[in-house]
Amino acid sequence: MALTVEQVRHVAALARLRLTPEEEQRYATQLSAILEAMAELQRLDTSGVEPTSHAALEEPRLRADAVKPSLDPERGLKNAPERSGTSFAVPKVIE
Amino acid sequence: MTAAAAELSRLTVLELAAQLASKDVSAVEATRACLERVAAVDGKVKAFLRVDEKGALAAAEASDQRRKEGAPASALDGVPIALKDIFCTEGLETTCGSKILQGFVPPFDATVVRLLRRAGMPILGKLNQDEFAMGSSTENSAFFPTRNPWDLSRTPGGSSGGSAAAVAAREVPAALGTDTGGSIRQPAAFTGTVGLKPTYGRVSRSGVIAFASSLDQVGPITRTVADAAALLQVIAVPDPEDATSARLPAADYLSKLEGGVHGMRLGLPREYFVRGMDPEVESAVRAAAAELEKQGARIEEISLPHTKYALAAYYLIAPAEASSNLARYDGIRFGLRAKEAKGLRELYSETREQGFGQEVKRRIMLGTYALSAGYYDAYYLKAQQVRTLIRRDFTDAFQKVDAVLCATAPTPAFPLGAKVDDPLAMYLNDVLTLPVNLAGLPGISVPCGFSGGGLPMGLQVIGKPFDEATLLRVARAHERTQELYKRAPPV
Repeated sequence: MALTVEQVRHVAALARLRLTPEEEQRYATQLSAILEAMAELQRLDTSGVEPTSHAALEEPRLRADAVKPSLDPERGLKNAPERSGTSFAVPKVIE
Repeated sequence: MTAAAAELSRLTVLELAAQLASKDVSAVEATRACLERVAAVDGKVKAFLRVDEKGALAAAEASDQRRKEGAPASALDGVPIALKDIFCTEGLETTCGSKILQGFVPPFDATVVRLLRRAGMPILGKLNQDEFAMGSSTENSAFFPTRNPWDLSRTPGGSSGGSAAAVAAREVPAALGTDTGGSIRQPAAFTGTVGLKPTYGRVSRSGVIAFASSLDQVGPITRTVADAAALLQVIAVPDPEDATSARLPAADYLSKLEGGVHGMRLGLPREYFVRGMDPEVESAVRAAAAELEKQGARIEEISLPHTKYALAAYYLIAPAEASSNLARYDGIRFGLRAKEAKGLRELYSETREQGFGQEVKRRIMLGTYALSAGYYDAYYLKAQQVRTLIRRDFTDAFQKVDAVLCATAPTPAFPLGAKVDDPLAMYLNDVLTLPVNLAGLPGISVPCGFSGGGLPMGLQVIGKPFDEATLLRVARAHERTQELYKRAPPV
């Protein structure tokens, strides 16, 4: 199954990736080749087979819904590229 | 480097632990020996992204103080270790091999890092890896490729290539890595070290930077099987911070290690002797099986019929999970932020364009596509159904055998640059290791010989869920016959 450059652009937009025109071309070719190899799966009849979404052998458990100390805001903000007071600063979202 | 330091860097984890216990050597001396060895060889091997000399020596001094007071923190108190850069280390930069995390200093330790510190093990530094653990050669590191200590023109494998190379080159007696599709076992095979991928859920993933959450697992890379057992004992602790952490308490991995394989049933899966497999690797694996048979094991040919679908299923599931996990790198809270972006959406896409390397982008694209409207059923859901069939293959096999034997990688280490432009050829490297991750099983790679060109080869042992003890015992029974860990690379 061949991927067009338009499809590559659409997927890149979904993934919030900006690609150069060269990357768009390269990924169209490479992803097509990879998907071609994956077509092997389509030849296998899996009707009625339950999907496996994780490898956990025990039932994952939920923690108790209890309040406990969390990361101190100052430490949480230490890696912020830009901050404003006790918040992460971002470009204007609403004009 | 001094003769005393060279002597110390030859010791395994348990040998060093014994010398620390008898006070023949101090933790500071052991740590300094590692630092000297790193200074002597890492310019060539390039295993380390950063060395934490100050932190390691401070931990070593504290360890010596505990010894003096007769209160060591554990059997491994004072034994240095190094970490793949995927583990969050409080106060020590953690990049996961990516530009997008350059300068990121975690505000907390991963659970496994906390466990190592609690055991008294000085952390020597952070090791190179493929960016976000995506790769099989460490060439996808955003910083530099790591080299194989047995042949500097070749890859040490990946993604935990820095961990394997550092241990093989005797820069440190042990390292931790992660394994999503073979990233501990394949580099171990390529470097003549022992690499253990425990059962999914055996070791906490909390604070370990996520690649594919349903497949990722933490494990040790060491020179001997006993060292791997000793390290697993330290890190296999149920963790409430990880919802997938198994509640089952860890077994005693060392006490039955020398039990041998007499009466065990071991399976050779015929589908694992694949086309394109190096004949030297195949004969080394068959010779290892024959040797175990001589020790009293029963070797049976078995079938894992859906093996040929595993690669495709894996390369849909892992990128799909990765595309979702890597959505967090958006330039807002930590890491790189693109300058001069206008508006939020542009900030996201420019930050990700500048921060991610080619392979990471490729997998995000593949995963996003597999999850997108119209393709989800055909790709992602289909892959998950195939995953069920692969698990079932193993469940059926373990009705007949106690463990499975096969090669870890189809070939010995390949030259740097040989596969960087051909993603599919690179993915084929993992064809013998990734079914284990899809099924959530434990697997180990143990050296089983050298090729005519002097490159190490690995035997893989695959075990039942949470039966790491049997796995280690089989690996040890093999190791005993060759003792390849005594051979040091030329570097």
